[in-house]
Amino acid sequence: MISADGYQLPLRLAALGFLTVVIQIAAVSQITVFGVSVDLTPLVVASVGLLAGSLPGAVFGFAVGLFVDVALVQTLGVTSLLFIAIGYWAGRLRELRDPAHGLTPLVVGAAATAFATVGFSLMQFMLGVRAPVSWLLLRQVVVTILIGTLLALPIYALVRRVVRGSLPDDPRRRRRRAYTTGGLSPLQRPSAGR
Amino acid sequence: MYDKQVRRRRAVLVLLVVVSLILLTAYFGESAGSPLHSVQRGVVTVLSPIQEGASRALKPVRDLFGWFGDTARAKKERDQLKAQRDRLLEQVVGYQVALQENAELHRVLALDDSNGLDAYDKRTVRVIGRPPNNLLLDRLQVDAGSSAGVRVGNPVIADGGLVGHVSFVASDSSFVTLITDPSSNVSVKVLNAAGDTGLLKPSVGDPLDLLVQLLPRHARIRQEDVVVSGGFRTTRLESLYPPNIPIGRVTEADPEELASDQQAHVAPIADLRHLDFVQILIGPSGPAGERAQVGP
Repeated sequence: MISADGYQLPLRLAALGFLTVVIQIAAVSQITVFGVSVDLTPLVVASVGLLAGSLPGAVFGFAVGLFVDVALVQTLGVTSLLFIAIGYWAGRLRELRDPAHGLTPLVVGAAATAFATVGFSLMQFMLGVRAPVSWLLLRQVVVTILIGTLLALPIYALVRRVVRGSLPDDPRRRRRRAYTTGGLSPLQRPSAGR
Repeated sequence: MYDKQVRRRRAVLVLLVVVSLILLTAYFGESAGSPLHSVQRGVVTVLSPIQEGASRALKPVRDLFGWFGDTARAKKERDQLKAQRDRLLEQVVGYQVALQENAELHRVLALDDSNGLDAYDKRTVRVIGRPPNNLLLDRLQVDAGSSAGVRVGNPVIADGGLVGHVSFVASDSSFVTLITDPSSNVSVKVLNAAGDTGLLKPSVGDPLDLLVQLLPRHARIRQEDVVVSGGFRTTRLESLYPPNIPIGRVTEADPEELASDQQAHVAPIADLRHLDFVQILIGPSGPAGERAQVGP
């Protein structure tokens, strides 16, 4: 049985995903900078992965990707496949390394945008889009990654604000609390012979 | 406990990847009327009012961000247009005489004008969406669909120039594939002395550069020559686009490039990156299936 608190994170993520895709399609995609449009969706997926972990990140990536593919009448599964990888990878980074540096979201955002842009182009090539790979195309990819990098920190802050309060405890904080309240630290455990 | 968590995480990940791959494979192999396409059409129908509302509500935000680029571009355009206006004024008188003669000759020869632009009903529609990744898929979503008479293949214009054609129709919205999409091919005519014809394709990576290919190697094409849709009609096939829709102006026609690659560069007339409204040309008659996009 899941408590009402247990539904908070999925509900907030569902609202976040829906609003992100609608705003992206209706407004953000129509703003172009140096000929490329800004893509917020991989940044949001990476931020959710970083904040909530690999499993919520992967599920959120799949859902947002599928919604993008359905809403834009694209080949189903292409964007979701890419976003699963972004959400899962960002979540694993949090779980394994627990990065505390303030610029981590910037690096993760840049990597997520690069992966989404290059991955989407490669998938389109594999699905039969015939286009020459020119320096111009590579330049556009680089510009897209730069813009994504610039937006990574504000998007991360926004996502953190939305999901804060419904996140499971930070693993480091949980460990520290367990030690201070006693019982779980092996140093404090009473020996059997005493 | 930890092992159980790891196993659960891996199982969910594998499940999500497998579902994505199944969807991708199933969708890719399906025809346009198949179940997955129908589901997609249904979702688009449900979402289009929401997107339309969001598009209208967020227009001030779009305009604010677009203001900086628009101002710089407008100043450059103003100077270009002043020079262009002076040249055009000289040409107008000559063209008016030619138009009169042309109309007379049409009547005398009883030429067929039924596939001209005048035969189309122009429906003005609002742009409500655009894909985020425009590098290899350049399309936009508009707020009119089959209920407004829009059909797959209808040509789309804006700012007096060709924009693309309708490629997907739901009941209240449709998707327009732009002439800058890599899949686009348009048969065109250059308005030079010889009236050279070619095939217009986008230059991938530069959204403002189109290429007229398959031109004669020694074509005499100059900068500022106007490029219009060629349009053709045979007993079985008809071009998607009616003839003589302005598309762009030649920006670069290097004789060496013409001789080696048989191509010239063209800038589109319509501002394809800042479209709020477009016009769909609803055809005179004939099923869309009989119309074909030129190209390999």
